[in-house]
Amino acid sequence: MNIMHSSSSGRYLNWFSFSSPATFYPLAARLTPFFWGLSILFGIVGLWISFFVAPADAVQGDGYRIIFIHVPASWMSMVIYMAMAMWAALGLIFNTRLSAMMAQALAPTGALMAFLSLWTGAFWGKPMWGAWWVWDARLTSELILLFLFLGFMALQASIDDPRRADKAGAILALVGVVNVPIIYFSVTWWNTLHQGASVSMSKAPAMAHTMLWGMLLMTMCFWMYTIALALMRVRAIILERESHSDWVKTLKELRA
Amino acid sequence: MIWNSVAEFFVMGGYALYVWSSFGMCALILIGELWAVRSRRKVVVQRLQRQIHAEKLDKEENH
Repeated sequence: MNIMHSSSSGRYLNWFSFSSPATFYPLAARLTPFFWGLSILFGIVGLWISFFVAPADAVQGDGYRIIFIHVPASWMSMVIYMAMAMWAALGLIFNTRLSAMMAQALAPTGALMAFLSLWTGAFWGKPMWGAWWVWDARLTSELILLFLFLGFMALQASIDDPRRADKAGAILALVGVVNVPIIYFSVTWWNTLHQGASVSMSKAPAMAHTMLWGMLLMTMCFWMYTIALALMRVRAIILERESHSDWVKTLKELRA
Repeated sequence: MIWNSVAEFFVMGGYALYVWSSFGMCALILIGELWAVRSRRKVVVQRLQRQIHAEKLDKEENH
């Protein structure tokens, strides 16, 4: 394959060659089933632990089981935002088309994860706090994250020239990065109704091992799902934006 | 097994509304997003197929 030999030394893989949409398009197709497989595997084991292995909570009974999707969705909304901002920054620095397309491919999934975090949080807050919503630091900053994703998508959609849209979107994404540590540390910086961090880097986890495993496996399921879906979406975006180029016209799937 | 019956599982210790609304919305969103991406791809593939076909016909006419 020419990717392997295109670098000057010949021995190393030239990673920059993957920044060409023509090279990445078939690669993404090959990687997608792998990430789907991992996502389904982690999902089956994670759901099994969530519902059949992890015991009921001493205080919250079975209502706490919402944690198995609430925490993964919240984590992923932040991880996706950071990934999106990173791709946007790479696009801005190296002026590579594919980086901007990756940022664009991640945004809708990020918005959905932020929405899921708020939705499951509301359905957890109602029975435990007695309120669907409170204007608390954690909840409000997560809502802002949802608006940042939606703002990024709306801004890109509103500018006709794709390269200018990429630049404007990238700047919005980078400015919004400040919100991510605010979400993360909001429970320690402010007095809030929201409980503290579920998993801490410095302390031993305060929860039962089975609960922790369920949460981590569900997070891996969401993570692999995000990668698989972003790869599928970036392929559609590549076709949309590269439709004028010759390599697209020679694709097998486009010959009717 | 931590559940004594199937019914007990669905009751979720009295939290059925909250637990199933959360997991249900999650399933709905993940499946819905997959469907949306697939149909987005279908739209662009069909457009490009028509375009490539039209260009081919154009060339043949000019010969």
